[in-house]
Amino acid sequence: MVDLALTDFSERRSILSKIGDFNWGLLFLICLVASIGFAMLYSVADGNWDPWASRQMIRFALGIVVLFIVSLVDIRVWLGLAYPAFAMALLLLVAVEIAGEVGMGAQRWLSLGPINLQPSELMKIALVLALARYFHGLTVDEVSHPLRVIPPLAMIGLPVGLVLMQPDLGTGMLLLAGGGALVFLAGINWWYLIGSAAAGVAAIPIGWQFLQDYQRNRVLTFLNPERDPLGAGYHILQSKIAIGAGGVFGQGFMQGTQSHLDFLPEKQTDFIFTMLAEELGMVGAFGLLGLYAIILAIGVATALNARAHFSRLVAMGVCVTLFLYVFINAAMVMGLIPVVGVPMPLVSYGGTSMMTIMFGFGLLMSVHIHRDVDVPRRAGAFW
Amino acid sequence: MPRDVRDTARQASFTRRAALLSLGTTGLFGTLFLRLHGLQVGQAEEFSVLAEENRVNVHLVVPLRGTILDRFGIELANNRQNFRVLLIPEDARRQGLTSVEDALDLIGRIVDLPDFRRRRIIRQAASSPSFVPITIKENLDWDEFARVNVNLPDLPGVVPDVGQTRQYGTGEHVSHLVGYVGAVTQVEQDADDDPLLRLPSFRIGKQGVERILDRRLRGAAGTSRVEVNAGGRVIRELARDDGTPGENVVLTIDEDIQRHTAEQFAGESGAAVVMDVNSGDILAMVSEPGFDPNLFTFGISHADWAALRDNPLNPMLNKAITGQYPPGSTFKMIVAMAALESGLINPRQTVHCNGHWRIGNVEKRCWRRQGHGAMNMRNAIKNSCDIYFYEIATQIGIERIAAMADRFGLGQDFDMPLTGERSGIVPNARWKRGQHDEAWYPGDTANVGIGQGYLLTTQLQQAVMTARLATGREVRPKLVRAIGSEDRTNVVRAPAIDLPQEYFDLVRDGMDAVINEAGGTATRSAVRGEGLSMAGKTGTVQVYSFSAAEREDGPREFDELPWRLRDHGLFVGYGPVDAPKYAVSVAVDHGGGGSRAAAPRARAIMQYVLEKDPSSQSALGPVAAAASSAGEQG
Repeated sequence: MVDLALTDFSERRSILSKIGDFNWGLLFLICLVASIGFAMLYSVADGNWDPWASRQMIRFALGIVVLFIVSLVDIRVWLGLAYPAFAMALLLLVAVEIAGEVGMGAQRWLSLGPINLQPSELMKIALVLALARYFHGLTVDEVSHPLRVIPPLAMIGLPVGLVLMQPDLGTGMLLLAGGGALVFLAGINWWYLIGSAAAGVAAIPIGWQFLQDYQRNRVLTFLNPERDPLGAGYHILQSKIAIGAGGVFGQGFMQGTQSHLDFLPEKQTDFIFTMLAEELGMVGAFGLLGLYAIILAIGVATALNARAHFSRLVAMGVCVTLFLYVFINAAMVMGLIPVVGVPMPLVSYGGTSMMTIMFGFGLLMSVHIHRDVDVPRRAGAFW
Repeated sequence: MPRDVRDTARQASFTRRAALLSLGTTGLFGTLFLRLHGLQVGQAEEFSVLAEENRVNVHLVVPLRGTILDRFGIELANNRQNFRVLLIPEDARRQGLTSVEDALDLIGRIVDLPDFRRRRIIRQAASSPSFVPITIKENLDWDEFARVNVNLPDLPGVVPDVGQTRQYGTGEHVSHLVGYVGAVTQVEQDADDDPLLRLPSFRIGKQGVERILDRRLRGAAGTSRVEVNAGGRVIRELARDDGTPGENVVLTIDEDIQRHTAEQFAGESGAAVVMDVNSGDILAMVSEPGFDPNLFTFGISHADWAALRDNPLNPMLNKAITGQYPPGSTFKMIVAMAALESGLINPRQTVHCNGHWRIGNVEKRCWRRQGHGAMNMRNAIKNSCDIYFYEIATQIGIERIAAMADRFGLGQDFDMPLTGERSGIVPNARWKRGQHDEAWYPGDTANVGIGQGYLLTTQLQQAVMTARLATGREVRPKLVRAIGSEDRTNVVRAPAIDLPQEYFDLVRDGMDAVINEAGGTATRSAVRGEGLSMAGKTGTVQVYSFSAAEREDGPREFDELPWRLRDHGLFVGYGPVDAPKYAVSVAVDHGGGGSRAAAPRARAIMQYVLEKDPSSQSALGPVAAAASSAGEQG
């Protein structure tokens, strides 16, 4: 059979041929965005590579290695690893709940020797893999079967619940939206979507009860920023001032007064997009968002070109996750949504999210390289 | 071979939904672009302004306060460097100290730091950002300051600093003129929108020239535009304008004469004014005892303030302009002038003084119980005969006397640049009706005739009166020679008082006789020296009358009375007699009669002033005269 022959052929592909099949354009764009990040981190430190830019470069180099390794691993291996990875991420989330380090009023880290592990980051990848794996085994008709709906709900609900308990609203929303997007892509009946949207709206008053004080304040401040201009609303106000003062062409590289005089909080992490908009203006901000848009377009094209349903779902899952990062961060610093701690991918300083993103790009690249690999619907573990 | 049909179906579904999702994503990206455009184009200007406001702080630059100088350039009030030690907690920490306490321990070895001050510093450090300097100690002496500077390498976070503090170097005898400065009160802040007043370390004039000429002395604030970060830390200075320093004020006072005049009081309470009769320049205006104006600069201590407040000699009062005394017999010249002008009194006509005089059913006495015998006007002044003046005063009436007093500067203030100037009282019928709702009686006129009753004057007015008697001109007192570049020295002579010369001659002759003719009331107080002379008039204000019963126990001496019941002694005089140059007025509170308490002091003052005068020094040689006249011009 042609299918089998193809499968056999792909199995025998050499590493060199896989590398030859790389989407170099995508890789170039990734490097370009990361370089913008380095430049901004260099500016944050008033023209010093230390302490942020140099370390970010090392992390990115590590990330590139991860990307390569992940991309060279056959997509069927990822299919096989999907459930174990998810189970492990879930266990770590439970562990972090029991023995995690507290930071910013939430339990997020698990200290493993020198490494601070953030299981919620692992979960972002694991959830995409697990959902893709699950829907890979279902036909269109089966997806909407009431009993078949329960497992994905559990797969999304459990980690979201655990993350919210930390409490980390940002990651919770990210997981929920990312998982929901995959369920949608899998072809679930529209009525489920309408129903859960209605249920979500109905749940808002209940959910409000579970929010921490600081989270409630963020929401209230978002709804009325003048409520507390020197307190919770201060950061967003200063961020908007910085972006607005940037104008069309910006204050100039390393010339942003809002950033360099510390009016911006967390400017090397969550508010780095603000700094970019202040120093490089609307031109720079449009440019960065444009690069992300092109990367996303490449990602969607990769998904559409993949033969295996698993591959398609994984590719789209990665795209959705990337988009959510970018959108939530940019919308947050512009005051469109409440303050949530979500970094700008590849640009914000931080090791964990960098690894998550690079791992995701690795999966995307793997889908691209193994786009012609078909995986039977009923296929189990690859090996 | 055809692919799995169901897979094709789900691929089609996936493609549709991926397209839908991409569409949604594109829409959301669109909102980001729109928002960016709205912020960076629509609101760019508004936010640029806000960013600039964030970034730039304007600090005030305090101008140097003008100095107050005497007529020869001696600094009565100036600015001295205030050596301070500051601590920047952040720097101390950066250089290895763990706490402010550690830093204070180190500094404490070099400068004396009492515990209460330590606690205050620690509290202050806890409540302000760590880059804000905290004052550890002010007003270090040079040795202490030098020790801090030498040990600086071992004092992490310590910054020596030099500020400006008001200093009054010449002492207490100028305290009422110069006044003092102190911290700005809320009331002063509300009344004046000068931003300098909002500075906690700023000092404003509280009394005397410091207060009245405060605006001129203060100068105008400069500004320093600095770039600050979100924490308020200054990053750099963008622009600086040093402002305008305050103007210097040159007084007419001669510090040397002022000091010498003050020394005459030797612990007594009283006031004296020395005036140039031609220009009106006040060479000395003394109120004793004085106070130390330096006490107020950093806030006076409770103990010091209680001592000043409870002192029965009232050191805080400027008695030369605030103290109002009945002029007593010094007023008799005015009554004589009024009598002459009325045409009702012939000065050569005599009044017989047998020691008492009756008006209605009240009997009045002359100070000399046995009487003066026949008195004409000149001799009545010389002997200060009360009966004569009772008689002529009641003949001419109060309105003529009051009008004459007004022409000689009594009952009015001269708008001195000083605090607390009072105008005294020159009573007449209308005044009494308004004030006491009573008719004016001839007995009231009699009392005013010898300078008592409702009449009140200040020593400044007494000096002005004397200067006008001496010159026949409407001399006005002047305390300020120059402010900054504004010259306030008189160019035009004061207009002549419209009275015949012979009236002045007659009264001056009487005043001359008081001192320089045997039998006058102040012959012991004659000024001696070639070409030096003084004419004058004594005055005594009775504070307590011995009752008839007390007098029957024998003659009473003033020493037997408690201090506060003793008579005030007054004296006014001018000199030299032939060509008057200076007027002096002296009041000694509860010092006894005018000839005993005031005249000798006035003599000592006049003697000193006349000897210092350049024309009398020309006898000593041309060099001294030249030096002295050069000084006068300066």
